Amino acid sequence: MINLLRRLGSRALSFLKRMGHMLMFLLNSIYYTFVPPFKFRLLLKQIRFFGNKSMIVILLTGSFTGMVMALQIYHTLNKFGSEALLGPAVALSLIRELGPVLSALMVTGRAGSALTAEIGIMRISEQIDALVSMALNPMRYLIVPNIIAAIIVFPLLAAIFDVIGIYGGYIIAVKLLGLSEGTYFSQIDIFVEWKDVKIGLYKSISFGIIVSWISCYKGYFTEETGFGAEGVSRSTTDAVVMSSVLILIWDYFLGSVLL
Amino acid sequence: MIEIIGLEKSFNGQKVLNGINLRIEHGEIMAVIGRSGGGKSVLLKNIIGILKPDKGSIIIDGVDITKLRGREMDKTRQKLGVLFQGGALFDSMTAYENVAFPLKEKIKIGKKALQEKVSKALEDVGLKGMEDKYPSEMSGGMRKRVALARTLITEPRIVLFDEPTTGLDPILLNSTHKLIRCTHETHGFTGIVISHEIPEIFDISDKVAFLYRGAIEEVGTPDEIKRSSNPMVRQFLTGSSEGPVELLCEKETRR
Repeated sequence: MINLLRRLGSRALSFLKRMGHMLMFLLNSIYYTFVPPFKFRLLLKQIRFFGNKSMIVILLTGSFTGMVMALQIYHTLNKFGSEALLGPAVALSLIRELGPVLSALMVTGRAGSALTAEIGIMRISEQIDALVSMALNPMRYLIVPNIIAAIIVFPLLAAIFDVIGIYGGYIIAVKLLGLSEGTYFSQIDIFVEWKDVKIGLYKSISFGIIVSWISCYKGYFTEETGFGAEGVSRSTTDAVVMSSVLILIWDYFLGSVLL
Repeated sequence: MIEIIGLEKSFNGQKVLNGINLRIEHGEIMAVIGRSGGGKSVLLKNIIGILKPDKGSIIIDGVDITKLRGREMDKTRQKLGVLFQGGALFDSMTAYENVAFPLKEKIKIGKKALQEKVSKALEDVGLKGMEDKYPSEMSGGMRKRVALARTLITEPRIVLFDEPTTGLDPILLNSTHKLIRCTHETHGFTGIVISHEIPEIFDISDKVAFLYRGAIEEVGTPDEIKRSSNPMVRQFLTGSSEGPVELLCEKETRR
């Protein structure tokens, strides 16, 4: 019994220690975000990295999500004779929930994993040590540009996801199910408020911080998960799983606060 | 001057450095030789400040760097140049960008002067015309030479070489040693060279230290080490499998 308690206590302590370590990593990155010199070129490179890597997958998933939603919601609304509300139903779900969440999950799989692998390989091939030996701070060169880039890119990708999703819904609703074009868009215009867009925006920004933070952390400390290529592979998987779970948990909490 | 006093470092309870004492005079090149996995790279990482020792001091120009943090440590690092074992070139940069990187980031230098300096540095390591190659397009030897050019371009006062010639053919090995010697004569840096290249390493070093089981077993001039009566040093120099130096496979078999 004592052994079991000791083991549980040791696990809890090690979990708390890891959480503290991760939090310190984030606070350190925030500190270097505001301390010059700023690396604008690296920031632009990372904005391109996130955007370029994820654009196609965002366009594909965005359009099909909108189409599926239109199809499913139409049949439900049809039972109550409220097909006119299809546009707002699709638009509000996308803008407030699915756009930020799904786009963040897609970017995690596409760019977040690549980021962890890249930083992890830099760690095992001593490139990070080389930066340190040159008296250059790796946080400034590797971490800060990624976090700022994610804060900028995530809301933009979510906005693209929303627009493409709404047009995906339009194709199904208007071209396939025969709803009038005017009804679809005018109802969206009536029901969607600036507050809804702001909820989506806040969510996207926070998801950007979560994904870049976890991905950078897991890559930066890849040696903690294992040796060499195996360590990088494990930390990449860990980063994707942890980011995805945190996105969904944080979405619930933020959603309940902002509603 | 670099002075290492009673340096100890363990990983997961296993002692890698077990009380290292070593003194490197200003302008001297010290070669550190010893078995693979004997803690030589760990010793270098402690000097750079990437690893913190469990015990002991590393005194560089009168300052104990094991007590330094943040910007103060960076000030000491400004004096250092490090050539890592695998080169540690940045994958996303060309040879030119890699060599130019420390200059661009640390010193304000004009574009033309930078170009001249980088081209000269690459020419010195026999890589003229390779400026646009990425590390993925280079052989191991080329990567090592680009890394050497990057290390020496800032003219550091202390240079740490972690196996600078491993994997190079005999001609390149000798030309790299010659380059280290020439740069040393020109700039007069203090150097620590980790190497397995015996006897070639004796040509470029002023002193040689033999590291065994995390401690310095013997230090002396190359001639003194060559004439050493210490059976472990003798076995290492001749590369014999018979002798007091424990073979890894024997150790593993006993476990």
